[in-house]
Amino acid sequence: MNVLVYLVPVALALGGLGLAAFLWAMRSGQFDDLEGAAWRAIADDDLPDEAAVKPSGER
Amino acid sequence: MKASQDLSVFVRNPSAGLSAMDLVVESVHCGACIVAIEKGLASEPAVRGARVNLASRRVTVEWDEGKLAPEAIVARLEALGYPAYPFAAPLADSMALAEERRLLRCLGVAAFAAMNVMLLSVALWSGAASEDKSATRDLFHWFSALVALPAVAYSGRPFFESALRALRQFTANMDVPISLGILLSLALSVVQAIRHEADSYFESGVMLLAFLLAGRYLEYRMRRRTRDVATNLAAMKGEKAVRLSDEGEAVETPIAAIAPGDLVLVRAGERVAVDGVVEDGRSQVDQSLVTGETLPIEATVGTMIYAGSMNLSGALRVRVAKAATGTLLDEVNVLLDKAIEQRSSYVKLADRAARLYAPVVHLTALATFLGWMALGLAWETALVIAITVLIITCPCALGLAVPAVQVVAAGQLFRRGVMLNNGDALERLAEVDTIVFDKTGTLTLPQPSLANLDEIAPEDLKLAGALALASKHPLARAVAEAAKARDPLPAHEFPGQGVTLFHAGKRIKLGSPAFCDALGEAAAAAARWPDASLIAFRGPERVAVFAVRQALRPDAGRVVAGLRRAGLRMEILSGDRPAAVEAVARELGLAEFAAALKPADKIARLKALREAGHKVLMVGDGLNDAPALAAAHVSMSPITAAHLAQAQADAVFLGERLAPVAEAVTLSRRARALMVQNLWLSAIYNVIAVPIAIFGFASPLIAAAAMSGSSIVVTLNALRARSHKGFAP
Repeated sequence: MNVLVYLVPVALALGGLGLAAFLWAMRSGQFDDLEGAAWRAIADDDLPDEAAVKPSGER
Repeated sequence: MKASQDLSVFVRNPSAGLSAMDLVVESVHCGACIVAIEKGLASEPAVRGARVNLASRRVTVEWDEGKLAPEAIVARLEALGYPAYPFAAPLADSMALAEERRLLRCLGVAAFAAMNVMLLSVALWSGAASEDKSATRDLFHWFSALVALPAVAYSGRPFFESALRALRQFTANMDVPISLGILLSLALSVVQAIRHEADSYFESGVMLLAFLLAGRYLEYRMRRRTRDVATNLAAMKGEKAVRLSDEGEAVETPIAAIAPGDLVLVRAGERVAVDGVVEDGRSQVDQSLVTGETLPIEATVGTMIYAGSMNLSGALRVRVAKAATGTLLDEVNVLLDKAIEQRSSYVKLADRAARLYAPVVHLTALATFLGWMALGLAWETALVIAITVLIITCPCALGLAVPAVQVVAAGQLFRRGVMLNNGDALERLAEVDTIVFDKTGTLTLPQPSLANLDEIAPEDLKLAGALALASKHPLARAVAEAAKARDPLPAHEFPGQGVTLFHAGKRIKLGSPAFCDALGEAAAAAARWPDASLIAFRGPERVAVFAVRQALRPDAGRVVAGLRRAGLRMEILSGDRPAAVEAVARELGLAEFAAALKPADKIARLKALREAGHKVLMVGDGLNDAPALAAAHVSMSPITAAHLAQAQADAVFLGERLAPVAEAVTLSRRARALMVQNLWLSAIYNVIAVPIAIFGFASPLIAAAAMSGSSIVVTLNALRARSHKGFAP
């Protein structure tokens, strides 16, 4: 049963990783527009469209 | 006169060298629109980024400071085919958004903790440490504590803070027993872990918290959706005023940027956007949306005019008022302060339940402790049993019982065009037994229309309509609208009098009865339509008089009849003339009405009704209704209402129909019934669970199963509010 000493912390750490990912996603505004996100996923012309979200100087 | 625009008030500076603006773009509805807008804006070299939010129909644009005028962005979006309306979110909105974010963060943390603690607990329940392997069990308990304690300390704050606030005021709300239950479950668990005992309640406390946070977060999100729509509508109304600079230059400016003391130009046919005193010019002003009075008043130098009134004939220069004393606005504000002060402190259903519930539960726990002591149990064991009673009665289901119904019912109302400003508006709406309507703009439509359309010869109507297009006067517009005129005639306008033209060799005229030599016909029409404004037409053959008035909302008759069948008393309190009010009351079959009321009279009537034991729903829109809206048990306003009125209303309804008022009443009654049902369901749960705990049979597994089970039952019951059929008059 000694393996639990490693396994339980590993399980908790993985859960914590999930929590960190959630908090990061929330902070970067990923839950602000759930409807729009659904459409963006299937937008086919998003490759040349990168300019829309990047500084104009990069073009 | 063409006025230039100034939108600088809407521009933010998120960081140095960067400007940003938020715009409402109501016509965005799919992925193609997102791409079109973001790409279209990005092709502008100075634009650094554009982001569409499809859910709230808004665009945020960022650009290099000073390289682009905000007006150019609006023009660019317009050119792309998306009319855009800049807005600045009110401070209250951003504060509520911050609170919503905090709740979501708390929910994330609590859900993480609940899942991981449950992982450990399930292992224990299924026998991981059944042979009294206390070392493993203790390890699991301490791991649980390691996760649960910080998680609760962080994500329990919304409840703890609210409970503390209530305790400081020596009252109890639902959050008091909730906080107590959660804290006790953790404290007991820690003690049990120290004593190497088998049972711990970490998972119950954390799971409870996650459930309750989910409910509370959904409640906040519902309210935000309502607020977003209200902000969007306000932005689309795009209230602007033409400000005159000291040099006499006219600049179209959003009203948010107009300060007291500014000079504003109001042209004929425009709605006044500010409160102020006329400094130059003379005109007739229709103040029906402000005072309910449908007859226009004469405005000359020194007349006080109010936002929402319509300038009928001449151009006015208006000095924006600071704190004008002795005016209607002043009177309304004084009454409003008083009404808000005297507003009976309504105790929410959930808090009422909590006040009944908390003492009973705490006494039961105490009795359990004393009882077991009397039966000779060690005090530690007796205390553990008493605390499990408190944990198992922690009102998880009770905490969800009301908000869950609120969220579902508010969503239903939202779809029917009613937006709730207030969480407990539903409960108060359900108790209503009397409805008081304002007349102008509430029972009637805010836009005037022709009352005697069927008496006008079609060829006269056609010609008059074409003539009317040449004028911006609101009465002429109503005629043009009724005639569905499209092609204007090249008529000449005499401001304040009418328009005229030679047509087929004869002079035809449209305008005031005096202008058309139709005073006799006008007097006859005035007798028949006492509440109408008249506009005369002298055609090639005969004279016609159009009676223009604010027509009843199309479904007003059916809605009033339906509400009466539902057992509600109704009356009209109006600031308009008795004749005009009586006509509407008779048409709707309402026996009780009062006319020519001042704001103070309306409040007095509401007070009399309240003292007679009635719960009154006030429906009104004017500036003069604002104090009455605040004084009533619950209140509603149409979306066209004056700002002050809308801010006081508990709910706002959209559209031309009156049906949303009836929908709100019937749906809220059903919602309240479901809330009460839910409260009973959680009471029944306690009747079953508490004896188990009192006799010491409660285990952590039973506690967890019972609590989540009851939460799910009340949530499912709340979903039944969706099956509401709606109001069928």
